[in-house]
Amino acid sequence: MNFSNFLFMQHEIGLVAVFLILFFADILGSNDKKWFYPLASILFAAFTVAGFFFNPQGEAFGGMFVASPLTSFMKNLLNIATFLVFLQTYRWLEQKEIKERRFEYFLISLITLLGMYLMISAGNFMMLYIGMETASLPLATLVAFNKHQRKSAEAGVKFIMISALASAVMLFGVSYLYGATGTFYFSDMAANISTSPMVLLGLVFFFGGLGFKLSLVPFHLWTADVYEGAPTSITAYLSVVSKGAAAFALLFALFKVFGNIEGVWQGIVWGLSVITITLGNLFALRQTDIKRFFAFSSISQAGYIVLGIIANNSMGITATVFYVLVYVFSNLASFAVISAVENKNGGDTSIAAFNGLSKSNPKLALLMMLSVFSLGGIPFFAGFFSKFFIFMAAASAGFYLLVFIALLNTVISLFYYLMIVKAMYINKADETSVTPIKSDNYSRISMVICFVGILVVGVISGIYTYINGLAML
Amino acid sequence: MEYSILILITPFVLFLFLGLVGGKLKPNLAGIIGTLGMGFCSVLAYSIAYQYFFVIGKTADTWQSVIPFSFEWLRFTELLHIDLGILLDPISVMMLVVITTVSLMVHIYSLGYMHGEDGFQRYYAFLSLFSFSMLGLVVATNIFQMYIFWELVGVSSYSLIGFYYQKPSAVRASKKAFIVTRFADLGFLVGILILSYYTKTFDFAALTANNAELVTTSFAGGTFMGLSLVSWALALIFMGGAGKSAMFPLHIWLPDAMEGPTPVSALIHAATMVVAGVFLVARLFPVYIFGAPEVLTMIAYIGAFTALFAAVIAITQTDIKRVLAFSTISQIAYMMAALGVSGYGDHDGLGYMSSMFHLFTHAFFKALLFLGAGSVIHAVHSNEMKDMGGLHKYMKITSITFFIACLAIAGIPPFSGFFSKDEILAAAFHNQPLIFWTLWVVAGLTAFYMFRLYFGVFFNGKRDYHHKPHESGFTMALPLIILAVFSIFTGFIPFSEYISSDGKPFDMHIDMTVATLSVVAAIVGIAVAYVLYFKDSEKPAMLANRFKGLYTLSINKFYLDEVWLFVTKKVIFNCISRPIAWFDKQVIDGTMDNIANVTQKVSHRVRFLQSGHTQRYIAFFVMGAILIAIAVFIFV
Repeated sequence: MNFSNFLFMQHEIGLVAVFLILFFADILGSNDKKWFYPLASILFAAFTVAGFFFNPQGEAFGGMFVASPLTSFMKNLLNIATFLVFLQTYRWLEQKEIKERRFEYFLISLITLLGMYLMISAGNFMMLYIGMETASLPLATLVAFNKHQRKSAEAGVKFIMISALASAVMLFGVSYLYGATGTFYFSDMAANISTSPMVLLGLVFFFGGLGFKLSLVPFHLWTADVYEGAPTSITAYLSVVSKGAAAFALLFALFKVFGNIEGVWQGIVWGLSVITITLGNLFALRQTDIKRFFAFSSISQAGYIVLGIIANNSMGITATVFYVLVYVFSNLASFAVISAVENKNGGDTSIAAFNGLSKSNPKLALLMMLSVFSLGGIPFFAGFFSKFFIFMAAASAGFYLLVFIALLNTVISLFYYLMIVKAMYINKADETSVTPIKSDNYSRISMVICFVGILVVGVISGIYTYINGLAML
Repeated sequence: MEYSILILITPFVLFLFLGLVGGKLKPNLAGIIGTLGMGFCSVLAYSIAYQYFFVIGKTADTWQSVIPFSFEWLRFTELLHIDLGILLDPISVMMLVVITTVSLMVHIYSLGYMHGEDGFQRYYAFLSLFSFSMLGLVVATNIFQMYIFWELVGVSSYSLIGFYYQKPSAVRASKKAFIVTRFADLGFLVGILILSYYTKTFDFAALTANNAELVTTSFAGGTFMGLSLVSWALALIFMGGAGKSAMFPLHIWLPDAMEGPTPVSALIHAATMVVAGVFLVARLFPVYIFGAPEVLTMIAYIGAFTALFAAVIAITQTDIKRVLAFSTISQIAYMMAALGVSGYGDHDGLGYMSSMFHLFTHAFFKALLFLGAGSVIHAVHSNEMKDMGGLHKYMKITSITFFIACLAIAGIPPFSGFFSKDEILAAAFHNQPLIFWTLWVVAGLTAFYMFRLYFGVFFNGKRDYHHKPHESGFTMALPLIILAVFSIFTGFIPFSEYISSDGKPFDMHIDMTVATLSVVAAIVGIAVAYVLYFKDSEKPAMLANRFKGLYTLSINKFYLDEVWLFVTKKVIFNCISRPIAWFDKQVIDGTMDNIANVTQKVSHRVRFLQSGHTQRYIAFFVMGAILIAIAVFIFV
């Protein structure tokens, strides 16, 4: 055993260290633990910053684990998103039933994050599977974190059942792939890949497993129920971090393993992205609950993310990563506002609660507006640029019809995103509306970061160029 | 020189600050902050100018282009990318000095002139935005950056012309200015696209290097409607310049733009924005002269014609600001004509040098004229000359400084206008006699209408004023005095040492034949004006009656506004706009409405998918996977 292998796992080791520090702090500390929340946030912030200095490149454990500047960047991206989510949980974790369990929230989140790291760095289907399980199972406990509330518990049960099914389907697919090629390693499998029925069947079912995490139609049905029932910050985590990790894992698997039979999976991605975007939009139109609304919006966003993957070139990688980066800021900005409104309103998450928000809470309303503008792709917010690059990547591979359909859908999505803006800026406040809110400093920080991100990420061309440089390697 | 980026950052930050929180400040405080910021910019500009002209600018006896700051903003290909940066060379540094100086004067002047107006803070915010845009335009390193700032200049001037937005005429004027210049910019954009398509670059340095070699070689001799493509590109780019610089027939917006506050007219419509077109042609001068000399000739003739045309109109106008507006059109056209007759290199480039020289001197004396006019308007509360007269004894400072500016624009030595105008005439004299004689007549007319204005306002009998007019306060008088000093002395700058078509200094000298001719024309103009207008008399009315046809044409600006209205309202609206509107309403809106309806219906239909039952979800999951597998088998 060569221990220098472990050097390639700097992010993972760092994360485990953070986990252990928090774990022992929790066990050994006194009962009150007022310091726990600041400790956890500062520690994780430090880890996030430190992540940018970890730059391993190489393979560990005979190719099971692969590290490159690109994977490091993806992990850093997930760190930023997780950090923003952490910052938004302060009020929620202060609640009576939850207060004593708040450290569990951090510990479990960190474990799921570790699983996602492994998904991204996997060079072997077993590693990918283990990563996915590590990322999924603890998430179910997070979804059911408000266990005294029926909805949250129900969401947890649904999540774990579908998640088990997805794992089974994926394993089923992987077993076919193993049967056809005789290996679990990405590189070996790529050398033996063909379009035999067994491989195709394996590919489809493997795709289904990751499609569940990405909530691509038709593997998406759990999304709305779980997003609605889960605590809001968990919904944010699911919709951004978990989805981003799955997109990255899918991207690597498709590129590395199935690069030679791109025609097959491009067809699958083509069809699924069209129905995902369309169906996501169709359902989002009808929602009256803001969390369900964002569930369907995030389904439709997932359709756009896989549009970048379809290009099967470095431009596609760049566009996908950039899209997720922008999506992190845009979506988490919305969830920061939703958390604030929900906490003030005693858990009411109807869209009606946002009526007249611009009068009572102009800053929150402004942030929310920027966020949905960015999600809808209005220039010159970051979302416009990320959509532009995604479309450019897909068009560069010749998928003009697909880009056209996606563009049409963008128009529809604008309609429902603007409904939120209308509620906040045009509708008059009524008795269900929220009164002025005083946010805690932690979520303020996250809001400011998102605000700056939405305004700046698209305009600074250096970011795109930087990612592109990583993707070319 | 990296600090030169501050000259862009400062006004932009000022704009954001005044625009966002200015409303909460006391008006005076906002004005003083804006003025101090602009003062800082002026100091920067002067220090850049000092460093450029006396320390780093010249190597091997040639003025170099210095790019102290630049970054790549958008990359299309290896070669074609949009940079944002700062380019310092003699003309851009000169423009920095002109813009910041005039802008600072206007800032100070406005403290008094705009005192007590609603939206005082907004006014200063927009002034900062305008200064930012204009500075960004002149330091642009590439034609696309120039285009971006070009449009920003258009927008900020729109908001300044329409500052009194409750006044319908101001709203109309701002719309007209915006639409006309925007229409011209369409040509500019198309020109940029053609040029960059063939040369694969936006960069000024690459375009103009080695006698514009890139341009002359990269166009593969293609022609369109009898003109070569490179001529098309450059003519279209000139169209943009003609819009901003109010060349015939796109000049119609400038007189109306006088609806804006008078200091704004001094800044935008005298010294800075309107010379953007001249600057554009000067910036691309090697490209014009080597790529398409026939376009340059066209520019010369358009310039000369516009100069004459505007001067004739200026003679009969009775609104003090409109006289100045037409005078501006005429003088800018002078500069254009000078560029048009210029050759390249050494003394052949006299036209180029004199154009920039005249731009420089004109900026100061024309700003002075506008600010002086503002001072008069402030005193008598009217724009009409008939409400004025005999003001000399009430407003000594305004009268004397206005007089100096009139002498400068008329071209009387030793005032600044004489030197620059003389060089222009000399350049024309040796190259295109027809243009020389046209410009010579214009010089006489200029002297005449300026002194008609001066005598009519400050002498010419007495009026009964309800309130006795009085001299303006210190903040308004100070800029007048400073600008008067500039108007007297800037002519003595040895301009050809600094600015020349090929970057190499050359000797200029006063051509005695030309100088005598031009001074004679000016003196005749002044003398005629003295006879007709110094004292109240019947003579002007008699003359108007005598030449009734010409007089009517001139006072109605040759009916150009009406021609444009006919073209737009009758021809374009009916033949183009209406069919497009129909298509838009019926076809496009119809399609969109249908998409919306279908979407709503379908979204109602598919509700059953989301039942809330986990068993069903699982069934859909598995069935979906199987269906995909079947589809894959069918298609592969």
